Amino acid sequence: MKGSTLELVKVTKRYGQTTAVDAIDLKVEGGAYCCLLGPSGCGKSTTLRMIAGHEAVTDGDVLLGPHNVTDLPPAQRGTAMMFQSYALFPHLTCVDNVAFSLKMRGIDKETRRAKAMELLDLVAMTPYAERLPAQLSGGQQQRVALARALITEPQILLLDEPLSALDPFLRIKMRAELKRLQKELGITFVHVTHGQDEAMALADLVVVMNQGIIEQAGTPREVFNAPRTAFVARFMGGHNVIDVPQGQIAVRADRLSLTPLEGATALVGSAMPAVVRDVEYQGSFVQVGLEAGQANELAAQISEAAFDAMPLQPGDRVAVSWVEADAHRLSTVA
Amino acid sequence: MAKKDQPFSLPAWAQAAPFGVVFALFFIIPLAFVVMVSFWDYNDYAILPGFTVRSYVETFEGCYDQLPDLCTILKTYVSTVKFCFLVWLFTLVIGFTIAYFLAFHVQSVTTQMTLAIICTIPFWTSNVIRMISWIPLLGRNGLVNQGLIKLGIIKEPLEWLLYSDFAVVLAFVHLFTFFMVIPIFNSMARIDKRLLEAAYDAGATGWQTLWNVVIPLAKPGIVIGSIFVITIVMGDFVTVGVMGGQQIASAGKIIETRLNALQFPPAAANAVILLAITLLIITALNRFVDIRKEL
Repeated sequence: MKGSTLELVKVTKRYGQTTAVDAIDLKVEGGAYCCLLGPSGCGKSTTLRMIAGHEAVTDGDVLLGPHNVTDLPPAQRGTAMMFQSYALFPHLTCVDNVAFSLKMRGIDKETRRAKAMELLDLVAMTPYAERLPAQLSGGQQQRVALARALITEPQILLLDEPLSALDPFLRIKMRAELKRLQKELGITFVHVTHGQDEAMALADLVVVMNQGIIEQAGTPREVFNAPRTAFVARFMGGHNVIDVPQGQIAVRADRLSLTPLEGATALVGSAMPAVVRDVEYQGSFVQVGLEAGQANELAAQISEAAFDAMPLQPGDRVAVSWVEADAHRLSTVA
Repeated sequence: MAKKDQPFSLPAWAQAAPFGVVFALFFIIPLAFVVMVSFWDYNDYAILPGFTVRSYVETFEGCYDQLPDLCTILKTYVSTVKFCFLVWLFTLVIGFTIAYFLAFHVQSVTTQMTLAIICTIPFWTSNVIRMISWIPLLGRNGLVNQGLIKLGIIKEPLEWLLYSDFAVVLAFVHLFTFFMVIPIFNSMARIDKRLLEAAYDAGATGWQTLWNVVIPLAKPGIVIGSIFVITIVMGDFVTVGVMGGQQIASAGKIIETRLNALQFPPAAANAVILLAITLLIITALNRFVDIRKEL
């Protein structure tokens, strides 16, 4: 199996007067792991559901490989969806859940069960084949849901917040499994999440959405190191959005350096004065909250060693500075 | 996941006790009496404690000799079972459709409740008034017949509209569809809407989703509603009497006649037979619904 390229062309979704998704363009290469990232209500789930065919597209086109699938029903698109909290059929055993779509196509019982067992084997769920979903843990249910989605041999797998129902420990474990499976199968995954750590860990392509538009799309490193807008910088975390005379810039919290400001020491270059508001020990680093004039709240991450060399107390005055190369100009429009 | 065994807890039992007592006093004990009395003997002016199958034998007297023709008692039971089946079928189909509409097409809970309450309208008046009100509608010179004649669809009034099998089934369906709607709606309301999307995603058509997802998950409601309807129709004699113009026999009517003649043992024997048949039907129904899953 090799995943197809997915392309969205000016895809729009309107509900009456409100625009949930506003003319977005996106291209996901075949076999890539794409994460749609954003706060709730940003249009990421609606976008996924339009790709899946569960939501009608108001305007624009959805292309899958060489085909325009905009008006096709889900089963004819070559997509498969894994639903939030899995939506396993509670009255069917695991193997019947996985075999469901083959049953709908009228494939005989023996063939479809054999195929379903193969997929249960892929997700290491063979011993649980005859159990009902209610008898499985969250992680096990997720694997069954994955097997059910994969049985149609889709070119694209669509995952709607697949990890949100799991506890934090299991989430990290299943996250690694998803990534491994995607590499193994070589198909395109489109994964909706509101967790930036999840997106960074999994994605080849991170698509940050806000208010129905794409704020930025790129590799996790591009998006994290060079956020294009203030929203992206804030949403990805670990960044300070600073107003400078030329406009707004983003500087990573671990790239700020602090020097004690005593008496009337002159500020050098782009440095700005600030007052330490709070100090939080975070293990490998120390997080220093700063107040730098009008509504400019900054956070600096300082290594434990550097902090020990220069301990700070709330109320201390410091000069905040950064290397010019670490400052990224933010555009005001997405 | 199996629940942990709860240790014996007094408050829990105390909560269940009032209904348990009512159930025992007014259901189990009288039922045991009925079974007991059905084996007693009787003469013209007294019932005689003892053990005899006389009431059962007399009930089916001559039935064997008449075969393959059905004797009156068997005809009566066949007729009752026939009504039961027809009413069950119609209430199930109509009730299921209404419940489906309420659960999946009506979005707001307020509207769902309002519509469910509208379903109770037939119960706002007494049974007698309700049945009498059918007469001006369905009678020889009733609204329906007059309307059809004026429209030129028929020349002579339809005789089978009132005091007929049709009238009996109509009255039952009108009354008892509600008993199907509520339990089925209740089961359906618990169905996660995402399951329907998951079925659609797997390529299921509307009918396939209905047959493979909605019906199996609505099964508890279907069974409960069916039990309500079947038990009521099996034991009814008032509706059959009024709507059938006192011309149609029913199992309940047999019991009533015997009771009026103060022949308690035969009445009890017929009650036991009726109970057995009803239980048989319900067991068969459960089996039937289960078998579907094995296919």
